[in-house]
Amino acid sequence: MNPPTNRAQAPDFCGPDHFSRRSFLQAVGLSGLTWLTPLADLLALEAEKAPKGKPAKSLIFLWLAGGPSQLETFDPHPGKKIAHGTTAIDTSVKGVQFASGLPRCAEIMNEITLVRSMTSQEGDHERASYNMKTGWRPNPTVVHPSIGAVVNHELPNPRVEIPSHVSILPDQWAARGGYFGAEYDAFQTGDPDKPVPDIAPTVNDGRDRRRKQNLAVIERGFARGRQPDLDARKTLHLNTIKRARKMMSSEQVAAFDVSQATKAERDAYGDSAFGRGCLAARRLIETGVRCVEVTLKSFDSHVNNHETHAARNADLDPAFPALIKDLKQRGLLDSTIVMCGGEFGRTPKLNPLEGRDHWPKGFSFALAGGGFRKGYVRGSTDPEGLSESPENPVKVENLHATVLHQLGIDHLKELITPVGRPLTLSAGSVAHDLIA
Amino acid sequence: MPSEPPPPQRDPTTAGRPQRRRIWDRNLLFFLVCLAGVGVAVGRILTPPPAPTVRSFDPTLYRKAAFAGVVRELDEAMTADWKQAGLNVAPKADDLIVTRRLSLALTGTLPSIQEIRALESQPEDDRIHWWISRLLEDRRHSDYLAERFARAYVGVENGPFLVYRRRRMVSWLSDQIQQNRPYDDLVRNLITAEGNWTSNPEANFLTVTIDPNDKPEEGEEPKGPDEVKLAARVTRAFLGVRLDCVQCHDDKFGDRWKQKDFHQLASFFAQSEVQFTGVQDDPKREYRFRYLRTPEEVVIPPIVPFNQELLPDEGGLRERLATWVTHADNRPFARATVNRVWALLFNKPLVHPIDEIPLDGPWPKAMEILSDDLIGNGFDLHRLVRVIASSRAFQLDSRAPEGAPPVTDAQERAFAAFPVTRLRPEQVAGSVIQSSTLRTINADAHIIQKMKRVFGQGGFVKRYGDLGEDEFSQTGGTIPQRLLLMNGNMVSEQIKPNPVLNASTRIGMVAPDDETAVETAFLATLTRSPTAEESGHFSAQLRGTKGDERSERMADLYWALLNSTEFSWNH
Repeated sequence: MNPPTNRAQAPDFCGPDHFSRRSFLQAVGLSGLTWLTPLADLLALEAEKAPKGKPAKSLIFLWLAGGPSQLETFDPHPGKKIAHGTTAIDTSVKGVQFASGLPRCAEIMNEITLVRSMTSQEGDHERASYNMKTGWRPNPTVVHPSIGAVVNHELPNPRVEIPSHVSILPDQWAARGGYFGAEYDAFQTGDPDKPVPDIAPTVNDGRDRRRKQNLAVIERGFARGRQPDLDARKTLHLNTIKRARKMMSSEQVAAFDVSQATKAERDAYGDSAFGRGCLAARRLIETGVRCVEVTLKSFDSHVNNHETHAARNADLDPAFPALIKDLKQRGLLDSTIVMCGGEFGRTPKLNPLEGRDHWPKGFSFALAGGGFRKGYVRGSTDPEGLSESPENPVKVENLHATVLHQLGIDHLKELITPVGRPLTLSAGSVAHDLIA
Repeated sequence: MPSEPPPPQRDPTTAGRPQRRRIWDRNLLFFLVCLAGVGVAVGRILTPPPAPTVRSFDPTLYRKAAFAGVVRELDEAMTADWKQAGLNVAPKADDLIVTRRLSLALTGTLPSIQEIRALESQPEDDRIHWWISRLLEDRRHSDYLAERFARAYVGVENGPFLVYRRRRMVSWLSDQIQQNRPYDDLVRNLITAEGNWTSNPEANFLTVTIDPNDKPEEGEEPKGPDEVKLAARVTRAFLGVRLDCVQCHDDKFGDRWKQKDFHQLASFFAQSEVQFTGVQDDPKREYRFRYLRTPEEVVIPPIVPFNQELLPDEGGLRERLATWVTHADNRPFARATVNRVWALLFNKPLVHPIDEIPLDGPWPKAMEILSDDLIGNGFDLHRLVRVIASSRAFQLDSRAPEGAPPVTDAQERAFAAFPVTRLRPEQVAGSVIQSSTLRTINADAHIIQKMKRVFGQGGFVKRYGDLGEDEFSQTGGTIPQRLLLMNGNMVSEQIKPNPVLNASTRIGMVAPDDETAVETAFLATLTRSPTAEESGHFSAQLRGTKGDERSERMADLYWALLNSTEFSWNH
């Protein structure tokens, strides 16, 4: 039989005439060699995209604003000149020491992945904060979303009636949605001992009903002559008012209210706005919020470095370990990633005002939960403070890629920005040694 | 020896009296001065500001052939396009709606009740023109436009404080706009700026690009303004061309732009540096760059990416670049300017995105007509504003008439209906504050009102969310914005019963009847009269109420007005 000139036209080209032992062997042999082809690489990469074990579901970012000194926190060099008197204490991991101002943090070093060799190219507060919050350097063609916005964009949670991206006690550069849009900006709120701003209705029920009625009358007037689905398609105005009202009356709002926690809990986190913020963060995560950023301000110690850090550590030291222990106790530590750090570190050299200046060339960043490697220290800085590059450095973008990876998000996923440029979610690559 | 006479006895009861009397005289004088001061302050607060007027309004300007001719040409061209596309054209909008658009576009706030009354007393045909002239004389417009332009020139970051002062830049820009400085001259000034960034604020255009942490290597010259950032800014802000992508690689979507186009343009800024005296040029400096997939850095010659014949041969590098950018025959400059001013007025650019206009066309006829007019009139920005604002397209309604099919997306895209667009946070904040007082909050306004505006606005805008540079994005509303308007402090302060400061209360107290009270509230907030249904509904609510109850009902009316879609959107 003549083979058909156009295989597709032959109704039974898969039939017995064209399927012989020879073709079968050819097929099997070829498929056996597939493991040598790029296809196999792609398949392996696909497998790598998923983290080992279940991916984490939430993120808490303890933002130490201003640039905390690694020498007075997680990377002391006691007895060396650059310490300028700062002493160190042992932690729960042999051979690892923290600065003396963080005794309670030292107890939980065994839960932490500590990077001591963070490096960045940005030494200015605004740019470096942008860098650390988004994993990208500032660029005039696009505003990158902060990591919390990325998490919410990729892992939306429709059951949450309150905002799923929250920033507690934000400074002037709170986490933004970037090119995802303003809906992904973090919802900003202050010290949790005060009510959440703009949530409480300002009038009684009767007047509220009247206001709703009034609004409906005016909206009817506006809708005349316009497309009936203008709100759904474009303005989202009434749609957003509905969601806002849902939030106002939602029980989930109670997550912000730390006065509903037990006294023991509140004491464990410490009597500070930051402590309360960490407690609120835990409560919000329990409710299903994807990302909470809690800011501890004013680490920018160009003057009187040691006093400044003593004061900041007094707030950090109870709160950070309390959060870790609390999450662990509630079985949430594996599904929650906790990031703790600032935009850069501080100079080993003391300046004439007894302060330290900006130092992005080897600073510390702590991670916990979410499948990160417990009790592990990556990299080290020069005890003499002379070297401008730390051992085994970790770039900011790689830190972000690793966190996204642990959340089950493909950091290489490309999205199109408003200028038309395709952009991956992260500029970095996964640092596998940080993962358990 | 004679003894010295004893010192004169001082009578203790009268001794201090001359001093005491002097002290009391001084006390009295001080008291009188204070009283006079308080009297002046109170007098200023209580006396009303002057009625809105225009210093130099000449209605014949708008009727002269040189002006009316180009408006007619523009209208005819756009009408022909709509007819050809088979689009319905929306009817003419009410004058008050047009004045609202102009106020929001040029001053970031609403017309006050006071201004609306003054407007209504003008002859009907001249109202819009009178209003345009008034706005262009008002300092608020140059302050507001300066901020909008500054975003395109220097971005929104606070920048390197040691060498950059954004406020000085914005304030200087405001002066230039107020004086209606020819736009090509202004842009040339920015590109060739020299000197210290505080005494020569235009130098901030260059110094904003300096990275304070970018320390030079051994043997390298100190880093100056960043050529790469400046190349990107010049092309996007002034020419409506986006070359950013080819900074790193040849264009992947077309074959027009190559990497060298970007860097050869950047090279024009190679000689600029920052010394103690500020920005200056050092002819010995060069721009070096390593192209993708080449082994090493090379010195990049300064070459412009298009219209090379317009580049002068003589002069310093930045001077030559400035002349090229603003050359009357360099159409992209005129088009980019037209697009930007159109975007400010319509809240939506004529060609989208605002800073990416095709170099080889096609362009809307409106863009070509307006570009010709701009070039032919010495890049007069105020005139461009007047022409666009007088056009038929600008004065169309945003909705269809009764009984007609509703406005479609296609109509909006072609500007056959005025586009419905989201207002910016400053515009919403400005509107909330202006609508809560009957008088205009401008330079003549009372200090209390001005303070209200400044302090109220800052916190509100921060929470409402700043759009940054990407200000014409039309993304959906956010929950915090709605919460802020529904329950926020600023809004509740502006509408609560307060007979001294708040319009809602005063209108309720002072209006002769319920219908007038409702109408005044609508005019103050939405710049329109209520419909019959609205008037009936709200008058009924006020019927028979007085005192606190009336003030509360007025507050609830105001609340609904401020929380409506209509209030937060441009239409």
